[in-house]
Amino acid sequence: MNADPRGVLSGVHFIDGDHACCEGALAAGARFAAGYPITPSTEVVERFAARIPTVGGTFIQMEDELAASIAIQGAVWGGAKAFTVTSGPGFSLMMEHIGYAAMTETPCVFVNVQRGGPSTGLPTLPAQADMMQARWGSHGDYGLIAVCPNSPQECFDLTVKAFNLSEKYRVPVMIMMDEVVGHMTEKVVIPSADQIDVEPRRHSSKPPQQYQPYQPEADGVPEIVHAGEGYRFHVTGLTHDERGYPAMTPQVQDRLVRRLKQKIESAVDRITLAEEANLEDAEVVVVSYGITSRVAQRAIDLAREKGIRVGKLRLITVWPFPTERISQLARRIKAFVVPEINLGQIVHEVERAAGGAARTIAVSHAGGSVHNPELILQAIVEAAK
Amino acid sequence: MPKGTVEIHVERCKACGFCVEFCPTKVLALSTAFNSKGYHPPYLIAPEKCSGCDLCGMYCPDFAIFGYRIKFPDGSEAA
Amino acid sequence: MSVMPIVNPVEPFLRSDRMPHIWCPGCGIGTTVNCFTRALIDAKVDLDNLAIVSGIGCSGRVAGYVRLDSFHTTHGRAIPFATGLKLANPKLNVVVYSGDGDLTAIGGNHLIHAARRNVDLKIICVNNLIYAMTGGQTAPTTPDDVITSTNPYGTFDPSFNLPHLVEAAGAVYVGRWTTYHVRQLSRAITEIFQKSGFCFIEILSPCPTLYQRRNKMGDGLDTMKFYKEKSKIRNGAPTSEVGLTKQGAIIVGKFVDRTRPEYRALMHDQMMESLGERYVEQGLEVACSN
Repeated sequence: MNADPRGVLSGVHFIDGDHACCEGALAAGARFAAGYPITPSTEVVERFAARIPTVGGTFIQMEDELAASIAIQGAVWGGAKAFTVTSGPGFSLMMEHIGYAAMTETPCVFVNVQRGGPSTGLPTLPAQADMMQARWGSHGDYGLIAVCPNSPQECFDLTVKAFNLSEKYRVPVMIMMDEVVGHMTEKVVIPSADQIDVEPRRHSSKPPQQYQPYQPEADGVPEIVHAGEGYRFHVTGLTHDERGYPAMTPQVQDRLVRRLKQKIESAVDRITLAEEANLEDAEVVVVSYGITSRVAQRAIDLAREKGIRVGKLRLITVWPFPTERISQLARRIKAFVVPEINLGQIVHEVERAAGGAARTIAVSHAGGSVHNPELILQAIVEAAK
Repeated sequence: MPKGTVEIHVERCKACGFCVEFCPTKVLALSTAFNSKGYHPPYLIAPEKCSGCDLCGMYCPDFAIFGYRIKFPDGSEAA
Repeated sequence: MSVMPIVNPVEPFLRSDRMPHIWCPGCGIGTTVNCFTRALIDAKVDLDNLAIVSGIGCSGRVAGYVRLDSFHTTHGRAIPFATGLKLANPKLNVVVYSGDGDLTAIGGNHLIHAARRNVDLKIICVNNLIYAMTGGQTAPTTPDDVITSTNPYGTFDPSFNLPHLVEAAGAVYVGRWTTYHVRQLSRAITEIFQKSGFCFIEILSPCPTLYQRRNKMGDGLDTMKFYKEKSKIRNGAPTSEVGLTKQGAIIVGKFVDRTRPEYRALMHDQMMESLGERYVEQGLEVACSN
């Protein structure tokens, strides 16, 4: 369905990634945000605080990230689309509530504008070192989706996408930006509202007597209702049955938790977004995401000038990981080169998926700046040998 | 006829004794019978003194007893 | 001559298919639920516009046993969840029903900030002076010289005086009763449904299995008699004077009943002043698939 025009700032803008992300949320229909200031993400909610009173909705600065990450879920159950925004230290604090959203299947969006870590780290400088945490950070088994914009334009587009995915799969979605993408200013084109596709909330039309809060539809996702609609339903973070009642047995656990994982993993093909180039004749493939993909592009161009048959696979959704695609490529190429602003995270997923059929070369960087393209070029040259 | 009476959900009772203690007219006592969990539920030891005040129901933490005024189909009350 | 059968007034509020509940014999939580449901009836609360939010602990299990829109959230975070819920749908009456450990230890920060903001929430704080669900550890409310599983030689941490704390933080209604005071408690809960703003009722309740047993204070019934004997009703008492000790007097009553602007009213007024006609108060309802 079309976006609500009241939230769509159509036009050509010259704004940074943080600001574009906020506009994406508004365009997607977000009318509630709760946040806690943390560099380099704060601008997202600062802009939301300035915009939402004339669009219609609420921003509340909560007392900490623990409060922000659960206040948005209260707002979702009250009928709103909601999101919160943070960086590394706050992301760690939000982990319990990301798990709560996964367990209760609360559609909501978490933005992490990654910075150097661990701990307080490098508040104003980039890293991509929360990628594994985005997938595995909360305790227990669950599935979720993570997207990785590499430009302010993508910050807008992928934020809309993130909200849509969260509604479709009733799952928390992570927008894994980084400090460079968040703070770089570029042209962002926001189309008119009727050109923006927005996923509606999967609200049940069953009457209360027939509705079961956690009875999945054919795709493994249950329909949702809100408080105040007469359903008298119960939501709990305890292991629960289709009625939503606590049911703490191994059988119910297996049924529930497998479904939480499966509803995402079985939909990998429909969820995965990637940008591919020159893969048909490639002997080396550079797998990258976020700001690093733009630096990698330079290295790829230089390598192609040297005559190396190098292809590009840019991950736009990083989770669920496109294991099958990597596995296919591994069978016919020599090596993957995986540059990331961390000491090796997604590279391990590539290695796992390659299953030994191709080499995997990490180009690691501890954080604080983007890669020098020369380093990536060297790795490509090495890989092509 | 007494003004009121109680209804006891025997299987919910955990024999805490609140109802027995706080009944203003002392109409209840714990029985020697057992429910399936092994608790002694209460019973009406002096039913004629029950006023149907439902203090027992207010106190019962297990929702296992409540009192009510006896009413007839024509709307009148007992006693 | 025949007798008209009637239903237990609390029964329509219960998820009867989940009875009997998990609370111990002599635990007072169920008693608080009776008072709560009585208040819902007396205050004529619209049950389809009511939401219960709870945290983790024995008292937190109330949410799962009542037949209302209910949310069993994470430890200590019922209040911020409830804040988001209320702000997204202000028509809802939002009650936070949780225990002393959940609300004042891990949840302490959220408690004081919501009180500071005067968010329109009704807080039912069941205080059994212990962390019961996890086996009887010390809580910030546990009085001095009490045996708990983490203070096996007796507590020595000074404990919170909850009415004093929440009054200082900004609550507009502060009361304390015990599970012995069923009538006064029902009336107090009825009152908070007729009041806007951050309302807090502390309810002292037995934990016979852990608190009372480890301290040789008898069972639930003994504790109810203890409450009856030790309680002194002092409506309007200064909250600084209502601290609790292991064996001392229990001051109960309505301590604070005042007026402060409620959070959404503050937000509205500020926005109107700054934006005037440009202010759009509430967004469109989130579009649903039906």
